[in-house]
Amino acid sequence: MTIGSIALGDFQDAFAAALLGRAGGNAVGLDALTAQPGFRVYRNTVMKGLVDALAANHPAVVSIVGEEWFRAAAHVYARSHLPSVPMLIEYGAAFPDFLATFAPARELPYLADVARLDRLWLESHLAADASPLDASRLAAFPPERLARVRLRVHPATRWHFAPSAPIFSIWRANRDAAHAQELEALEWRGEGALLVRPDDAVEARAIDRAGCAFLDACARGEPAVVALESAARTDASAALDALVARLLGCGAFSDLQEGDS
Amino acid sequence: MNDSIHRTPGAAFAATAAGAATVGVSLKPVHFADARDASYAGLWFEVHAENYMVEGGPRLKWLEAIRAAHPLSLHGVGLSLAADAAPDAAHLERLRRLARRVEPFVLSEHLAWSHWRGEYRPDLLPIPRTEAALARIADNVLRVQDALGRRILIENPSHYVAMPWHAYDEIEFLTALTGRTGCGLLLDVNNVYVSANNLGFDAGAYLDAFPAEHVGEIHLAGHTLDPELGRALLVDSHDAPVADAVWALYARFCARAGARPTLIERDDNLPAFDELIAERARAAEISAARSAAA
Repeated sequence: MTIGSIALGDFQDAFAAALLGRAGGNAVGLDALTAQPGFRVYRNTVMKGLVDALAANHPAVVSIVGEEWFRAAAHVYARSHLPSVPMLIEYGAAFPDFLATFAPARELPYLADVARLDRLWLESHLAADASPLDASRLAAFPPERLARVRLRVHPATRWHFAPSAPIFSIWRANRDAAHAQELEALEWRGEGALLVRPDDAVEARAIDRAGCAFLDACARGEPAVVALESAARTDASAALDALVARLLGCGAFSDLQEGDS
Repeated sequence: MNDSIHRTPGAAFAATAAGAATVGVSLKPVHFADARDASYAGLWFEVHAENYMVEGGPRLKWLEAIRAAHPLSLHGVGLSLAADAAPDAAHLERLRRLARRVEPFVLSEHLAWSHWRGEYRPDLLPIPRTEAALARIADNVLRVQDALGRRILIENPSHYVAMPWHAYDEIEFLTALTGRTGCGLLLDVNNVYVSANNLGFDAGAYLDAFPAEHVGEIHLAGHTLDPELGRALLVDSHDAPVADAVWALYARFCARAGARPTLIERDDNLPAFDELIAERARAAEISAARSAAA
């Protein structure tokens, strides 16, 4: 049957609105489609695709809240946050912020930070390739030139510190069965997580507040000495030499530059 | 615009010379190691291009390792060729870069839309098949083929609702699209079966009328029954083995048209790799028998 004609763009505006129950879904006679039971398949497929992607991208959150709670929350998020690009492997950039203000998640105040670590893991996993900086290149610098050295953070390095919850322990225990028992002896204090990808596999390590401050400063393009001052201001008792050695050793940097950035 | 080779009407796709189709399987990360090490004659793999549009990291390295051992097909799900807008330039560039990197033996997309006004919906949405839609989609296919420097294949969609605005039937529309752009077609037999069931047309007659000379690839996938309506509404879910009725339609097409590169398409509820390989063997057997008989 053919009834009149319809402009493709008008059809798509109305169809897109009807998929999410937004205003305009009944324009241009689209109720001829939405009244059919099959229209539900499109609605379901779109939501299933988005919710499946959020679940795949946030395994620690799923582990904490369970599949059913997660899918209900993801459904609410997806309805108001359609992806802007067709790569679902990176979908959910605003999901941690969403969880931070999602009323049903109030009993789990650390949940948004756990989601952030899932997100950072994903970013690290998908980031550009680069060789880790060889620590000997820094060691070879004469001391008088060190003040001008800037460390370039590796494209796959990510870090996050949460001051009020042991998020690294919680996150790791929920992603890796080998660490699941650590939840039983959890010490409730602030924790940070460092994600690096030295050999093409994301590795997770604990990092303190000073380490995060150091990386923040390096990422802003500050010289390493300024970054060290920033770390010392954050925690006067921080062992700075050990901090830098540890970051270099795990592949957190990809390069160094001497001089102005 | 100059008349480059990929914009002129494409040469007919001949049946595979040896008789049997080469048969590929969908590649998912959980099967990476099995896929790399598999050594069946004629085996190839297909991935959704969007899942490898990343800056770097292990995903691309895996894909390159598998590509070093087997032919690869790129199946796009995000170009939104049937949207009333030109393909997104950034997305087309991502596809071009990936295709350059892995040199797929075939590259396909859909007669569908998903990205519209800056928002993406993970589905293959339908269109009214009008003259204006044909003009827009033909223009979009030409833009993509120009950007990629190659012919692409366009897949027939699954249908769930009857559309009151069609001016073309689907076969006329797809045939006109091949004529205007030189693109080939990807015949998804399960989509034909699902659509015929849902809209009430004869799947066999549709396949008999499908322009076989433009078919460069065939998809075989599983479907499920709608939880509320059962058989009255089939869903193209790619989460189950290929159904017997779809195997029969595949045999019918091969008997008429000969073998084509054929994919066992599985995206969800993934079985062990060996189960996909077993389905693959069945496809190879059917295409060999039918094309030998033809």
